[in-house]
Amino acid sequence: MSLLKNERAIIMSMWDKMASQAEAIGTETLERLFSSYPQTKTYFPHFDLHHGSQQLRAHGSKILAAVGDAVKNIDNLASAMTKLSELHAYILRVDPVNFKLLSHCLLVTLAARFPAEFTPEVHEAWDKFLSILSSVLTEKYR
Amino acid sequence: MVHLTDAEKALVSGLWGKVNADAVGAEALGRLMVVYPWTQRFFEHFGDLSSASAVMSNAQVKAHGKKVIHSFADGLKHLDNLKGTFSSLSELHCDKLHVDPENFRLLGNMIIIVLSHDLGKDFTPSAQAAFQKVVAGVANALAHKYH
Repeated sequence: MSLLKNERAIIMSMWDKMASQAEAIGTETLERLFSSYPQTKTYFPHFDLHHGSQQLRAHGSKILAAVGDAVKNIDNLASAMTKLSELHAYILRVDPVNFKLLSHCLLVTLAARFPAEFTPEVHEAWDKFLSILSSVLTEKYR
Repeated sequence: MVHLTDAEKALVSGLWGKVNADAVGAEALGRLMVVYPWTQRFFEHFGDLSSASAVMSNAQVKAHGKKVIHSFADGLKHLDNLKGTFSSLSELHCDKLHVDPENFRLLGNMIIIVLSHDLGKDFTPSAQAAFQKVVAGVANALAHKYH
């Protein structure tokens, strides 16, 4: 699966709208993840997961910043994301199933915050992009 | 069996009352076919599905989305007995329609995204969590009679 030209354009244009709300989007995504899929909290026993916690906001920011990096390097994801890929494979070892859950929660957040922009075409492009990004991040698992 | 708290049941029925179910059904089925084009395999007789706009404006997609969401809405009234409620539909989807149950999960998540799109801020993380339980329960009920 690789992105088509028009999908790349859609992804970058949507990111431009997301960038200024990156922390809020990232935080909301995580809150949705932990509410809908409580088992994902097992990766964060050391975190204060209450609504509005500083750790939640910082981590949400971090995740969205990484998504932003991926968008900026959309033509060479595998090499641009090498460090993160290694981090997830050797240190974090988050079970691959969780990437789908996080991606879904990000899409739900985008749908809620950008009703006009989140058309079926944008939805498709971002679902595909997040799926490809997830593959890159789990590439070195074994 | 889905286990919703009273608060979750209230969230679900309250929010469901705010949306146009027919529109949710049409939009969810349309988005399913746009985001996951391989799901079109069940709908080759629907005519033009060649682009996102073709899918979303297709009359048969809208009609079928309406049909599907009416069954879903029926499920919302019988959360304590989803398996019973969807028993014959489950047999139909296995024996006659030959639909992989994975598609029920995909459609369930599309319904969630459309609800989020329609409700915005009102579709809080807690609301989503309640609806995720519902769509998972419906998907499992529809898969229950497979053999």
